[in-house]
Amino acid sequence: MLSRDADSLYWLSRYVERAENTARILDVAYRMASMPISYNGVETNEWESALITAGGVDQFRAVYGESTPESVIEFLAFSEANPSSIQNCFDTARQNARSVRSALTSEMWEAINSAWLDLRRYKARKIKVEDLPRFLNLVKEASLRYDGSAMRTMLRNDAYWFSRLGLYIERADNTARVLDVKYHVLLPQDAAVGGGIDYYQWAAILRSVSALVSYQWVYHQNLRPWLVADLLILREEMPRSLAACYAALSRHLDDISHRYGTSGAAQRQARATHARLTNRNIEDIFQGGLHEFLQDFLAENNRLGHAITNQYLC
Amino acid sequence: MAPQAIFDEMSGHDGQSRDAYRVLQDWLKSAPPQLLEHRREEAELFFRRVGITFAVYGNTEAEERLIPFDIIPRILSGQEWARLARGLEQRVKALNMFLKDIYGARDILRAGIVPPELVYLNPYYRPQMHGLSLNSDIYVQVAGIDIVRVDDQDFYVLEDNLRTPSGVSYMLENREVMMRLFPELVGMQRIRPIENYVDELLGTLKSVAPASSPWDPTVVLLTPGSLNSAYYEHSFLADRMGVELVEGRDLFVRDEMVYMRTTEGPKRVDVIYSRIDDDFLDPLVFRPDSALGVPGLIAAYRAGNVAIANAPGTGVADDKAMYSYVPDIVRFYMGEEPILKNVPTWRCREQGALSYVLDHLHELVVKEVNGSGGYGMLVGPHATAEACEHFKARILANPDNYIAQPTLALSTSPIFTDKGLAPRHVDLRPFVLTGRDGVRLVPGGLTRVALTEGSLVVNSSQGGGTKDTWVLSE
Repeated sequence: MLSRDADSLYWLSRYVERAENTARILDVAYRMASMPISYNGVETNEWESALITAGGVDQFRAVYGESTPESVIEFLAFSEANPSSIQNCFDTARQNARSVRSALTSEMWEAINSAWLDLRRYKARKIKVEDLPRFLNLVKEASLRYDGSAMRTMLRNDAYWFSRLGLYIERADNTARVLDVKYHVLLPQDAAVGGGIDYYQWAAILRSVSALVSYQWVYHQNLRPWLVADLLILREEMPRSLAACYAALSRHLDDISHRYGTSGAAQRQARATHARLTNRNIEDIFQGGLHEFLQDFLAENNRLGHAITNQYLC
Repeated sequence: MAPQAIFDEMSGHDGQSRDAYRVLQDWLKSAPPQLLEHRREEAELFFRRVGITFAVYGNTEAEERLIPFDIIPRILSGQEWARLARGLEQRVKALNMFLKDIYGARDILRAGIVPPELVYLNPYYRPQMHGLSLNSDIYVQVAGIDIVRVDDQDFYVLEDNLRTPSGVSYMLENREVMMRLFPELVGMQRIRPIENYVDELLGTLKSVAPASSPWDPTVVLLTPGSLNSAYYEHSFLADRMGVELVEGRDLFVRDEMVYMRTTEGPKRVDVIYSRIDDDFLDPLVFRPDSALGVPGLIAAYRAGNVAIANAPGTGVADDKAMYSYVPDIVRFYMGEEPILKNVPTWRCREQGALSYVLDHLHELVVKEVNGSGGYGMLVGPHATAEACEHFKARILANPDNYIAQPTLALSTSPIFTDKGLAPRHVDLRPFVLTGRDGVRLVPGGLTRVALTEGSLVVNSSQGGGTKDTWVLSE
């Protein structure tokens, strides 16, 4: 297929996934901010934390200065100054979708187009903090609908595989960043572990990747910080874990190389990272430093994105 | 030329139902009153849905720019079509021979049939094409010839569109909608199918591939991009033909071969169905500021390694000043009388014609020789005195740039309105495909209709709509 079409599909999926991730991050901030302070811990600013997780703190400061609920929502959901705002994600996604209109199924196009129309209406209205949950739901549903349409209606050929690659690169990046921003919460501290504050923080991490219930099903026990990390890094059955993302990335890259009859740097890198994730255990990771591990991973994930681009998309 | 009473495609001059319309008219009489209203709503829903999936959008506006669709079909009998088809084939053959001649031996100029300055000073004349021997001798693979009529005898050509004619996607979709909405009516008569247009187009394009290309040549459709107003049609046709829809940046030229960038590396391209103006094809040859084109494309074309359809430089044969010479062009190359008539045309470049035009402005239609889309024209009978004066000054400033024609009593065809059926003026754009192996024509074309009562302007950019066009089996 045309490299430009493959590139558009790849970024289309990345932007839809990014919009959903941002929506989840905002959702957690909203939930945490509405807790009584005694649960929430004094002096934490959940909105600030959302900003750090989603990225773009510098851009935010340049435009808004102080972080308030309204300013953070505005910035992450609608701001034109933030290239990753939900609105900008859908603008870019739709532009990409238009340029590969014939590579998309009509269901996928309708999912993107109707979400884009809905968002424009929200933007025009200036949403209030209490409208946030309904808005975030709309974004999550748009992403589910797009993803479900792709899964259920696309031919299994290179177009499908390139769109999947975009999704998993973006998802792995998001899971690693959510963990990295909160890694200090997961590290054993002098303070009594397992208190109410920690519990809500851990739960928040899980919630932001839609894994709170999954945790219970996998471990059948109370929240433990190393198990939270284990679930999100190493467990392949957890669909947003780094291991699951890399299982999918190396599978789809192999699909492509089988179809094309050649493989290259992207296949090698994805396989190597996947192997490293499969052979690690969580104790080792904590030993070497969770933050260091995640920083390395983010850099590796970024390199794989570049390798895919160089090999196929330009 | 024409009787001034308006000819209606359904009821002729005298209100009697014409043969081709008899089944439709009986059906309309027997149909319950709400049925049409109901079907019209369904058609709108269908187009909106297709529109959501396909239609042209402005860059920032979500509103679909759907071209209005009228549910009453326009019908041609088998005999009418046969005559029209013969005329179209004759005309397009002659125009292809004309282009080969003026970019080659120039016999027609030497014979004094066409004034040389109309060719050499024409903004669409491409000296780069001169002396180039095309593998297939075909310059115009896809022509859209605008046809009107004023009675049940003659067809008049209003315009030859030989560059990048559009509208064929509406022709195909209009039929699809009619088959869905009126299966019972469609089933009552033998309507000749048009769905094979896309196959015929692909066959035509493949037939003109360079001699060096493989048995199954690679065809691409070259579009200016998603902001172009016809982008919907480009993606529709590429999709239906199963060929890549490329932009200039997807192509590159190496060693005078054209390649597209694919995920599997460079892939050789043999035939380009270009929907870009010549000016933008190759910045090395035409406009250096164009970001749409492919540097080196014309060199590859001249080397015979790629076919471009339509060929660059075809515009020289379809401007409105050249139009008036087409009957002579047909006689010169075909040795026959033209089957299709031309609308009588005054060329303002000729002194006698100019003074006639200036004296009779209020009864003429005046057009720019290179204008299109219904822009830059004056419809004398509908213009204010002030507008006429204003236009007069423009003509005098540059008479070569204008031609004038009588206002024709264009035929009408009924449309469905809130107040029932009402006649509106129509034209017809059949699409003529020419390959190495001959001319292919699907029976029908795009019928455009002026939705405003009395209006003669059918262009979609000026509020015109479209109808399905039925050609009955003989």
